[in-house]
Amino acid sequence: MDLALTDIVFYVFAATTLASGMLVISARNPVHSVLWLILAFFSAAGLFVLLGAEFLAMLLVVVYVGAVAVLFLFVVMMLDINFTELRQGMMQHMPLGVLIGLILLIELATLAFTWNFGDDVAKNAASPGPIDASVTNTEALGVLLYTDYIFIFQTAGLILLVAMIGAIVLTHRERPGVRRQNIGKQVRRRPEDAFELVDVETGEGVTLPTKKG
Amino acid sequence: MVDAFFQWLPTTWLGQLLGLEPTPTLYFFSIVLMILAVVLPLLIAVAFTVYFDRKIWAAVQLRRGPNVVGPFGLLQSFADGLKLFLKETIIPAGANKVIFLMAPMITFTLALISWAVIPFDEGMAIADLNVGILYILAISSLGVYGIIMSGWASNSRYAFLGALRSAAQMVSYEVSIGFVLVCVLISAGSLNLSDIVDRQAGGAIYWNIWPFFPIFVIFFISALAETNRPPFDLPEAEAELVAGYQVEYSSMAFALFFLGEYANILLMSAVMAILFFGGWHAPLPFLEFIPGFIWLFIKIAFGFWLFAMVKAFVPRYRYDQLMRLGWKVFLPLSLFFVVFYSAIFVYGGFLPTNG
Repeated sequence: MDLALTDIVFYVFAATTLASGMLVISARNPVHSVLWLILAFFSAAGLFVLLGAEFLAMLLVVVYVGAVAVLFLFVVMMLDINFTELRQGMMQHMPLGVLIGLILLIELATLAFTWNFGDDVAKNAASPGPIDASVTNTEALGVLLYTDYIFIFQTAGLILLVAMIGAIVLTHRERPGVRRQNIGKQVRRRPEDAFELVDVETGEGVTLPTKKG
Repeated sequence: MVDAFFQWLPTTWLGQLLGLEPTPTLYFFSIVLMILAVVLPLLIAVAFTVYFDRKIWAAVQLRRGPNVVGPFGLLQSFADGLKLFLKETIIPAGANKVIFLMAPMITFTLALISWAVIPFDEGMAIADLNVGILYILAISSLGVYGIIMSGWASNSRYAFLGALRSAAQMVSYEVSIGFVLVCVLISAGSLNLSDIVDRQAGGAIYWNIWPFFPIFVIFFISALAETNRPPFDLPEAEAELVAGYQVEYSSMAFALFFLGEYANILLMSAVMAILFFGGWHAPLPFLEFIPGFIWLFIKIAFGFWLFAMVKAFVPRYRYDQLMRLGWKVFLPLSLFFVVFYSAIFVYGGFLPTNG
């Protein structure tokens, strides 16, 4: 019973992932596409939970669904696209797209059938090491990432940082004449700097002092 | 909680009367019963929360607040709910119908499912996940979809602007909430909410609020922004955006948004109680005989009181100020505190040994 239930849940999640993956590319409206993509991420997270990798599942939801897809959705919603115009060239480009897809498929198939695994891979896969139930997978991942793979892990982080800084540098531009709020300046401003009281003689008027910055 | 109930139910007179066996079907029903046992009190609590919110707000402004329906106006929320229930659901002609109707459901459901991991007492959580706190972070990061979908599907400028504001705001403040959580996690050595509460056992002096007071302040303000509460309620700023993303909604669709919003506020208060105020533990050890869920309830009520007082006191932020606070003040500050607390824990030898 237990096994059957897990199987059913697996097939539900797997089918949802595949179906929404298909709908991502076939949906007419780009916003719908992104929403299907989110559903695909979400069901993939469900598959991770079934595998017992709850940390990865949560990270998938937090990072991909909660941040990346939100920004995606954000951009797609604000783009002003003429959908019918976009679809007109579709049939023209179809043969090229199919050709590229076919070449990729053949390449992947060639790779998959000629791949040689190491000698110990089959042995390890047949008898995997014992799983220590007392260690949660968060801890196990942490221990692995911060000891054996620390340099790779940190390098990956640095690459992302460089990419981020690069994107900022490329798109950042100084616009002259933009008025920004300077909170420190606002707080420092005293009544004495802002106005002064002047006794005005009748019929004489005042000459205004020049503005101090 | 589910397992204990599953074991216990067949041994009661009711279980014996019905001849219940511990079968998978019964397990399924005990899960459903436990969910109802959390969700029904929660919805009633939400109704009274709305009432107390209005009462506190009124008291600060020297008004009476709701005082007509029922004794002291206690039934006001139920009357409002009935009114919304009896109204017509209007779907704008230009709206994307499916997404328009899905958005409030998503908001409401997400506000409820986070409660699955909240431990109400020792071992009293529907799902005592190993990654409980990440689960809450994940679900609260999903919460933005209800809002952004409603804004887009409404096909209205006001709603869209409100949704965009909300999306940017929630994504920004999630970052600092994440860093605050990291600080607390380092002290507990676990992502499990029950473990975090257990680390604070033994009275109020052991609560996280004392060593972590600066990040508590950051967490509280970020929680205000995360739940779109004043002074950060720009997504629904009535003066400029009418009511933001909710502008096209009526009847039960609006009610679901409203309930979801308050359930989220209660959830944030509960998370605050668990992370910083010792969860189900009593402030003084000899008061432990009072059941834990009552203490948690008191702490959630206190957290909500803070939320309500801020609403009454503080004027609304401007949007650029909000973004400045999130990215230029809270992000560096919380990042600094992660490094600071980690350094103290590592070099002071306070690292928890269980993790």
